[in-house]
Amino acid sequence: MAEVKTATTTAVKEPLFGKKERKLITDPLYDNNPITIQVLGICSALAVTSLVWPSLVISVAVVFVCGFASLFTSLLRNRIPKSIRMIVQLVIIATLVTVVELTLKYLSYPVYKQLSVYIGLIITNCIVMGRLEAFAMANRPWRSFLDGIGNGLGYGAILLLVALFRELFGKGSLFAGSPLGEWKIIGPNADYTINTLAESGIGTWFSWYSNNNLMVLPAAAMFLIGIFIWIQRSWTPKLVDVS
Amino acid sequence: MERTGYIVLFTLAMTVLVALTLSFLFYGTKDQVAINEDVFNKRAVLSAINSHLDTKVDDLNDEEVLGIFDKQIEQVVLDMDGDVLDGVKAEKVDMAKEKKKPEADRQLPLYVYNADGGNKFYILSVRGNGLWDEIWGNIALEQDLSTVVGASFDHKGETPGLGAEIKDNPAFARQFKGTKIFDDNGNYTSINVRKGGAKDRTHEVDGISGATVTADGVGEMLYRGIKYYQPYFNKIKSPSKIRG
Repeated sequence: MAEVKTATTTAVKEPLFGKKERKLITDPLYDNNPITIQVLGICSALAVTSLVWPSLVISVAVVFVCGFASLFTSLLRNRIPKSIRMIVQLVIIATLVTVVELTLKYLSYPVYKQLSVYIGLIITNCIVMGRLEAFAMANRPWRSFLDGIGNGLGYGAILLLVALFRELFGKGSLFAGSPLGEWKIIGPNADYTINTLAESGIGTWFSWYSNNNLMVLPAAAMFLIGIFIWIQRSWTPKLVDVS
Repeated sequence: MERTGYIVLFTLAMTVLVALTLSFLFYGTKDQVAINEDVFNKRAVLSAINSHLDTKVDDLNDEEVLGIFDKQIEQVVLDMDGDVLDGVKAEKVDMAKEKKKPEADRQLPLYVYNADGGNKFYILSVRGNGLWDEIWGNIALEQDLSTVVGASFDHKGETPGLGAEIKDNPAFARQFKGTKIFDDNGNYTSINVRKGGAKDRTHEVDGISGATVTADGVGEMLYRGIKYYQPYFNKIKSPSKIRG
């Protein structure tokens, strides 16, 4: 039986934030980014990134789900029957996502209303399950937790970057729909920081400008992510696959 | 490989544990969630008369929203012949379910807001189809039952930045203020959402570029939805207007 195999390795004291642990957090941010390098989680990256605020909420939710799913999977890793491990992982993820959903419903119903479809989509986010299979099933709980958090952050970073471009150039605003209030940057009336219809001042330089409707559509996210991958690989040639 | 017994036991334990945790959480939050949902829906109704509220809907806290509903709003439910149904509150009418019924069997929620100055505002609920899924809204009429005071819209799955602008862009709903659903001769015109910009500001508003289907859906929803209320409005309009 599985638990017989329980690691009997002598407990080498692992530092809480040693070099390895820090690497687990920082690696997914750039060198091993789940979106641009592993090309996982693309589906949700296309769907939710038209505005910054929902992307931020989703990112926080993914960091939470990914971190704790890794932690729980790692705690159970020697007891999970191998033949049903995928199902077990899925149950863990789905439970955590339901917790997120209930919490949002309880704390901020309008945000829940706005994001309800997308929150459910976290269950199918390939990054979470990918990390459970690739890392948490074979590593200790603390490291798995950090790995989960790191990958959630790496995913969130790209999400926010894409959303920043899409909202700014698609709608001329930032943080629309957030409790911070919409931050109107460039557009055709006086509410905006740069008023493209203004008679004088900096706005007149932008009189040619109008919002790009393509940015609002999911296809724009695909172009943006493609461009990010291109930029990242030209900056860091070691990331290019030679095949 | 593990023995089948262990797998079954593991699955069972996991299922029970997860089910217990989640149902515990669900029941723990249920009451508050019901209040949240109620307030959310009531805010949507109130935002149709936002311009006539002392405090704007966004600045009201939850208790104040419920307070306005308790003190100043009369809830009426109508059938399609314009008769008032006794003992039902408008907030209990589920518009999504009503839309699935045959037209003749539907119930119509009507909220009557009694403003401080003695004015009444009539808030109607409408529901229709956008591009991807259903859209709905509330539209408030003045006492003349023709002039629009305001409107609010929501949707299930319109494209963010395009169709979703009916909700996200306050400027869209703001255009409805001051429009009329009847022309000077008393003919029902509703309010048309015109692609490329409204020509006649009393009966039309601007569409949304890139979201023609959603905008057309709004126009159609208003035309059909407001018409449903006319039998009732004809009854409450003063009988003297009926020409011999």
